[in-house]
Formats: sequence, C-alpha cells, structure tokens
Amino acid sequence: MTMIFGVPLAVFMGQLMLGLINGAFYALLSLGLAVIFGLLKIVNFAHGAMYMLGAFAALLGLQTLGLNYWLALLLVPLLVGGLGMLIERYMLRRIAHLDHLYGLLLTFGLALIAEGTLINFFGVSGSSYPTPTALQGGYNLGFMFLPIYRAWVLLAALVVCLGTWFIIERTRLGAYLRAGTENSALMQAFGVNVPQLVTLTYGFGVALAAFAGVLAAPLYPVSPTMGSSLLIVVFAVVVIGGMGSILGAVLTGLGMGLVEGLTKVYYPEAANTVIFLVMVLVLLVRPAGLFGKEA
Amino acid sequence: MSHTTALTPAMKLQRRAKLRRNALYLVLIAIGLVAPFVAYPVFLMKVLCFALFACAFNLLLGYAGLLSFGHAAFLATGGYVTGFLLSSYPGLTPELGILAGTLAAVVLGALFGALAIRRQGIYFAMVTLALAQLVFFLFVQSPFTGGEDGLHGVPRGALFGLISLRSNLAMYYFVFAVFLIGFAIVQRAVHSPYGQVLKAIRENEPRAVSLGYNVDAYKLLAFVLSAGLAGLAGATKTLVFQLASLTDAHWHMSGEVILMTLLGGVGTLFGPVVGAGVVVSLQTQLAQSPLGNWVSVILGTIFVLCVLSFRSGIVGEIQKVVKKNFK
Repeated sequence: MTMIFGVPLAVFMGQLMLGLINGAFYALLSLGLAVIFGLLKIVNFAHGAMYMLGAFAALLGLQTLGLNYWLALLLVPLLVGGLGMLIERYMLRRIAHLDHLYGLLLTFGLALIAEGTLINFFGVSGSSYPTPTALQGGYNLGFMFLPIYRAWVLLAALVVCLGTWFIIERTRLGAYLRAGTENSALMQAFGVNVPQLVTLTYGFGVALAAFAGVLAAPLYPVSPTMGSSLLIVVFAVVVIGGMGSILGAVLTGLGMGLVEGLTKVYYPEAANTVIFLVMVLVLLVRPAGLFGKEA
Repeated sequence: MSHTTALTPAMKLQRRAKLRRNALYLVLIAIGLVAPFVAYPVFLMKVLCFALFACAFNLLLGYAGLLSFGHAAFLATGGYVTGFLLSSYPGLTPELGILAGTLAAVVLGALFGALAIRRQGIYFAMVTLALAQLVFFLFVQSPFTGGEDGLHGVPRGALFGLISLRSNLAMYYFVFAVFLIGFAIVQRAVHSPYGQVLKAIRENEPRAVSLGYNVDAYKLLAFVLSAGLAGLAGATKTLVFQLASLTDAHWHMSGEVILMTLLGGVGTLFGPVVGAGVVVSLQTQLAQSPLGNWVSVILGTIFVLCVLSFRSGIVGEIQKVVKKNFK
C-alpha cells in the first residue's frame, strides 16, 4: 500500500477530503461575514445561528411538509435571508449610527435567543438529515473512496463562492456595493438607495449562511449548537485572511480546512486548536491578515 | 480671619462631591458588612465574585474602549490554577493559592494582550474570542483540569494558616475583602492620570498617538490589569464553591460578563456591580422557576433590549437623572 509519511494513502486522502469539506463551510461563512462587514461594518455574531437555522429549516421542512432537499436548498436561504432583512430593517438600522461594537453585541443577543429557543424544543443532541437519493453512494477513485454527496458539497460551495465573487466584482449591483463600502454617504448623494442596499446585503450574507446550513444538514448532526462552535473557528479564519477581499476569504477558508485535515492525520490532539494557532502565528508575522489591507 | 486659604466655588463643589462620594462608599461598605445576616452568604459571595469579574471587564471596555470577547479564559485560569494548587498541596494557604491563580491570569493576559492589541475594533473582539476558545480546548485536554468533570472538593483551608474559612460567614468576609481590594484597584486606576490617558485613547486613538503617548503600552497594561482582576475573581470563586469547571471557560461566560457590564452601565464604577447582582439574581431565580430552561433566551432578549434602547445601563440612567435634578 502506498504510504505518505507513514500514513496509508487512502486515509491521508480521506482526511484531506474531510478537511476540504470543512474548508468549504469556512469559506461560505467567512464570505457572508465579509460581505456584511464590507457595507455594514459590523461582525454578524448571528451568522452561526443563521447557519443553524438553515439546517433546522431544511430538517423541519422535510419532516413536516415533506419539502425535499433540492427545494430546501432553494427556499430556505430565501426564508432565512428574509428574516435577516427584517432584523436589519428593524434592529440593526436603529443602531447603525453608533459604535460598530453595538452591532456585534446585538447580533450576539440574537444568536443566544435563537440557540436557546431551539435547545428548548429539540434538545442539544443532533438529529440526522437523510442524504438525498440522487447523491447517495460514491466513486472508487483507486487511491480513495469519494462519496458523491461530499463532491457535491464542494462543487456547490465553489460555484456559490465564485458566483458571489462575480456579482460583486463584475456586475452593476456589485459596483454599487463596492462603492458603498468605500463611501456610502457619497453614494447616497448620487441617488443610490443606500438603506435598501444595506438591507439587501445583510439578507444576502445571511442567506449564504443558511445555504451552507442546508448543505451541511446531511453531513453533520443537525443540532442547535452546531452554529456557535463553527462560528468561532470562522472568526479565526476571518482574522487570518482579513475581510478585505472575497477571493481571500474563500482561499483562506479552504486552506484552513486543509490544514485542519492534515493535522488530524499527523497530530490529532491539535486538530481542534490548529486554526487558532495559525491565527496567533499570522498575528505575529502579518498582523493585518494574509489578504488584509490594513490592521 | 480664617487660617484656611480661600476656596473658589468650583473647589467647594469638588470637595463636596468628594465628601458625598466617600459617604456613599462608607454606606455601601456598611451594607456589605451586614448583608450576610440578611441574605444567603453563598449567593452574596457569588454576586461579589461576578461583580469583581465584571469590574475587571469594565476597566477594559468602559475606560479603554476595548471589547474583549475572551474574558472567560482569565476567570477559568485563575480558578483552575488555584483549584489545582490547593488540591495538590494541602500545606498551601488559600491566599497563596489565590495569588498564584491571579498571577497565572496576569501572564495569560500579557500573552493575549500582546497579540490582540495588534488589531483594532471588531478584530480585537474576534481575536480575543478565538484565543479564549484555544484556552478552552487546552483545558478540555490537559490532565490537571479534570477535563469534563472539572476539579471538585477544593479545600478552603485556613487564611494565613490561622483563620478557618470553612464557615460560610468567615468565607464571606474574606470574599468581601478581596472584592474591596479589587474594586479599589479599578477605582484608583480609573481616577489616576493613567486612567485619563486610557480615556483619551478610547475617545481618539490617533490623537493620543500624536500627543506622544505609547498607546500600545497603555492598552497592554489595561489588558493585563483587567485579566489579573478577572483571574482574582475566578480564583476566589473556586474557593467559595470548592469547584473549578469548564463552564467558566466557555464563551457563554465571556458573553455573560459583557451583559452584566452593559446592563449595569458601561464606563461607570458601580454599573458592573449592579449588573452582576441583577444577572446572578435572575439566574438564581429562574433556575428554580418553570422558566429554568429559558435562561439563555431571556439573557439574549435583555442583551437585545439593552443595545436597542438602554445603552447607558441602570447606573448610567440613574446618573443621568441625578445630574438633571441636582445640579
């Protein structure tokens, strides 16, 4: 059997694949955080809760309405995105003129409410969401076994990330968004409806998190705490990459997933902590983050 | 002819304010001294420990404008180190155990601080949260913390080897003394020239830099001081409950201390004390009621309401009313 530094190739590739999948979720979530941060200047602490709500909405949709996976993938982000727009319109906008730390605190409170409520109804142990029939099974690539669902998650995440990059960097709406990030007062003076743009942006960022949640439902146990533990890692990823660039956020997310996967192969005790350690290293060497423009 | 030099009206006013403040302190200390005969001492000790924790946190947020989302790490470090030392070395007296726990938190604070002040604002919060999560995982995995079980049956021992702390009343007065020392340190720091510079940094960092202040050194000192006091609170808490557990290291704890400070009043001396009192009472009351499972939802709701429409907090609002009516 082929060995890589004393580890069988199949195990090695399997762990790398798992790492890449985790990385895809880091990328999707940090992308949403970066989009929201760009225009609203707040860190959305409710991002993990929105991801969790996405997974739960898919699960409940299936159990009560028989909503299938593909419809959930389409409808749940719209639903949660709508919820996000309401939150922006009626809460975040009221404190937009204050120190941006208040935005962080408000969304933290919302995350506590969402998590606590669902724990009361569903407990902390997770439920499983069945893998959709079309995506069951896997391919034997010779050097590793590739489950179809994992390949699909990777593909879907990459397509959505690239799509977001395209919208922001190559379309008129994206140009407005970037201009708003630079100077929203001037934008408003030019006649662009900035408050509406802000609402849409928050809704879009949150919808990305919900999309990630639906994607994650068949992979991980769906539980009320699935979002918060993930979010803290994503924060570290964001500190490592910096929130200045879209592609930077995606690359950092995938890269950190790989680093985590490799650590699991060679030194499993540190798998939980390696991303935080990378963050420490980056802060020491390049405080602004790998893709950051300023500290 | 009088022997005292003539006082300007402004000085008179200042002197009267100082007198009034000292009188307030005396009244509060007197209340603290008789409190254990009126209320359950263990509950009061819990409030005092969290009040000290919140005061430490407030020193950073209220006076230096730095939002740390990782203060649970210091509370837990103080608690674990003290708990481990007192359990493993029976000859060690409690005040030395607490001192060791506090020093450990100071060292950790220096490490955290040196890293975190490299980034500002929102990033500062994320860095501290991530570092605290790193510490949480270290506590889960390292053998001396007892992992998921935590440390149980930490002996309270005898203060200076002389005064037994086994009775809750004796323990209470010790905790009260620790709290007063911690509060006095915060009070001194805030009202010193150092505290003035901190406020200047909070209001406008570039200006403080251009005035020639070594801003990073000021921030780091504030961070270390705050971490040390949080460690002191954690160490004392371990002695009170004879227990150190992962709950103290969890990010929920970092959130709770923010809530206590916000609810009581950010940047006021007494705000965190009042906030800690309200939150701990609320948790104790709710735990016994049918709403026990809804604690985190209720805390989250208070969070949202505070941010939306009660940003000065309880003490902040009271100060506003007093200023309006008594000036």
